[in-house]
Amino acid sequence: MRLLELFRRKPSSASVAKERLRIIVAQERSTRGGPDYLTMLRGELLQVIYKYVQVGPDAVQIHLQREDGHELLQLSVALPDKTENGSSASP
Amino acid sequence: MAEIIVITSGKGGVGKTTTSASVACGLARRGNRVAVIDFDIGLRNLDLIMGCERRVVYDFVNVIQGDCTLKQALIKDKRLETLYVLAASQTRDKDALTCDGVRRVLDELTADGFDYIVCDSPAGIEKGAHLAMYFADRAIVVVNPEVSSVRDSDRVLGLLASKTHKAEQGNGGVKEHVLLTRYSPRRVTAGEMMSVDDVKEILGLEVVGVIPESQDVLTASNAGVPIILNVDSAVSAAYEDAVARLLGETVPLRFITERKGFFARMFGG
Repeated sequence: MRLLELFRRKPSSASVAKERLRIIVAQERSTRGGPDYLTMLRGELLQVIYKYVQVGPDAVQIHLQREDGHELLQLSVALPDKTENGSSASP
Repeated sequence: MAEIIVITSGKGGVGKTTTSASVACGLARRGNRVAVIDFDIGLRNLDLIMGCERRVVYDFVNVIQGDCTLKQALIKDKRLETLYVLAASQTRDKDALTCDGVRRVLDELTADGFDYIVCDSPAGIEKGAHLAMYFADRAIVVVNPEVSSVRDSDRVLGLLASKTHKAEQGNGGVKEHVLLTRYSPRRVTAGEMMSVDDVKEILGLEVVGVIPESQDVLTASNAGVPIILNVDSAVSAAYEDAVARLLGETVPLRFITERKGFFARMFGG
């Protein structure tokens, strides 16, 4: 098999599958076990922020962490570049 | 005290019922008293895989609703003395299964001296799947080495860790096992299928068994004979190993590498 690998260029479909799974599973675990309202909360926050700043649908990220009996809800909001603010929002 | 084992997966068609039948047989063949229960209300199928479909008179829901006794509904296996099947109801009423009803049936089986109760979960994460896992001591999560199955398994592992009686009580939770089915060493070698190690890494759990892809599984279900009873099949040996590991024995994984010829060996691998 090692000899054959010299002629292989594309990553195998199995390694593509593994990489895609690694990312989506990590993302889904970040809100696992949290209250069901997390996705609704995220949606409403997005609407409120959108009233002031034109952000994309992925702008609000939610992470729930559990450490030694307490829970930490992390919200991160990615704002667009200064050049794209206000009325001159990108199309 | 009976040990309750749920066979679950999230995704359908990965081999839950095949696994339930074979694990139940494997445990019974070692002299344990085993009851295997079909939780797939409305879509009864365990009876076909076990080959007892024509002997179903009463079902799980009949017992819960008091239409018959548990003894009347348990179907004694014709091959193994200590194995019993409780069929799912074919009712379309999804609310026929209640948490209290399931608890009563499991308690009665325990009081009757059963050693193991194997719960064959329906696909999905709805009520039937929830109740199948709710009272479990252990879970076997059946996974195919394929993206949707692995993702769904991770979701189910999350539910096992939060939405079960053991998890709610906070005393250690449900013991989780991953069982890989439909594994093709040839396709893994060719880079077309995720390997045992890939799946272990993504789910962060050891595997309790690897069942090779085989035509023997269809042949067994055609005949209504659990595949573990076909001793000529590699699938049977792989299930037998998995049952041994469930019982705490250390057994090396088999059937995970391709049998190679002379030329393949020469070119490494």
